Amino acid sequence: MAIILCTAGIMAFAFDTGGDPKINMPTAVGMKKDSVASVKAFAAVYKVLMSPRCLNCHPAGDVPFQGDDSHLHTMFPKRGIDGKGVLAMKCANCHQPENTPGLHTPPGNPNWHLPPANMKMVFEGKSPRQLAKQMVDPNQNGHKNMQQLIEHADDGLVLSGWNMGEGRTKPPLSHAAFKKAWITWITTGAYAPKK
Amino acid sequence: MISLKVNKKPYEVDADPNMPLLWVIRDIIGLTGTKFGCGVAQCGACVIHLNGEAVRSCVTKLSRAEHQEITTIEGLSNDNDHPLQVAWNEANVPQCGYCHSGQLMSAAVLLREKPKPTDQDIDDAMAGNICRCGTYLRIREAIHMAAELQSKKGGAK
Repeated sequence: MAIILCTAGIMAFAFDTGGDPKINMPTAVGMKKDSVASVKAFAAVYKVLMSPRCLNCHPAGDVPFQGDDSHLHTMFPKRGIDGKGVLAMKCANCHQPENTPGLHTPPGNPNWHLPPANMKMVFEGKSPRQLAKQMVDPNQNGHKNMQQLIEHADDGLVLSGWNMGEGRTKPPLSHAAFKKAWITWITTGAYAPKK
Repeated sequence: MISLKVNKKPYEVDADPNMPLLWVIRDIIGLTGTKFGCGVAQCGACVIHLNGEAVRSCVTKLSRAEHQEITTIEGLSNDNDHPLQVAWNEANVPQCGYCHSGQLMSAAVLLREKPKPTDQDIDDAMAGNICRCGTYLRIREAIHMAAELQSKKGGAK
């Protein structure tokens, strides 16, 4: 009985979830819990996720942002139900499968879209604590478990944040550095910072 | 050689696969109804349909259109009798006329997907087509008129 209670106690501490039972426990992920290293790594992750190349497609509203100053996307294309835009302003109507050459032309990716309306995956306005907790919640992160979260660092659209064409500032870390911080954060327990 | 269909006619085009569709349509095929406005997908004058979707031909590569169906303004109807064309005429919408190929092609997608569009639907669909002459009020009026005509005729084209 005491062993069971201890185990339950240790498991409850694995994630700073505020008692949220929805977090997936890691299975295949090599986890070595270290809350200090985890929170330190997330600070680097947060810097990247809140930079324009990531933030611009994770708005709180239904119009994406654009540019290094994250102004509302000109012509106000809307998210739509599936995140792929609406009517004559669907994302792929302008955003081609690859970057269009030249300044002020649409960057490209075969899968250009926003998160869908029923899971907006908002970054805008989130504190580090809020974003960390959101990222590990399968009900808010696109139903990803820890392994899938790790793999997400190499997702096509994520990678395209580092290759968005002329006139767009890259994220503050290289992709390699971001991926290292991302995996460190997750494998040391995916702790959420205090604030 | 790149094969594509434009307004239901097959074409074999000998051009760089990276050439914007706008130039293929205008210079090679010879359909000049689609216009160059900005070249950076920001004005909508170049809008055509690629498999029914309103794409901007100034940034769409020829390679994306290979084996696909393109519709230009010339192919919107057989006899200028698309409800939008009728309404555009009825409401006397164009001033200089330059933007209106693109306006009509965008509006055609709107009417197909929303046969009874609200003003918000019109904003959402048409905000990407700009008009230097400011005919926006008449564009809105004509879209509502075309929706009426379409529903009387019995359905979207």
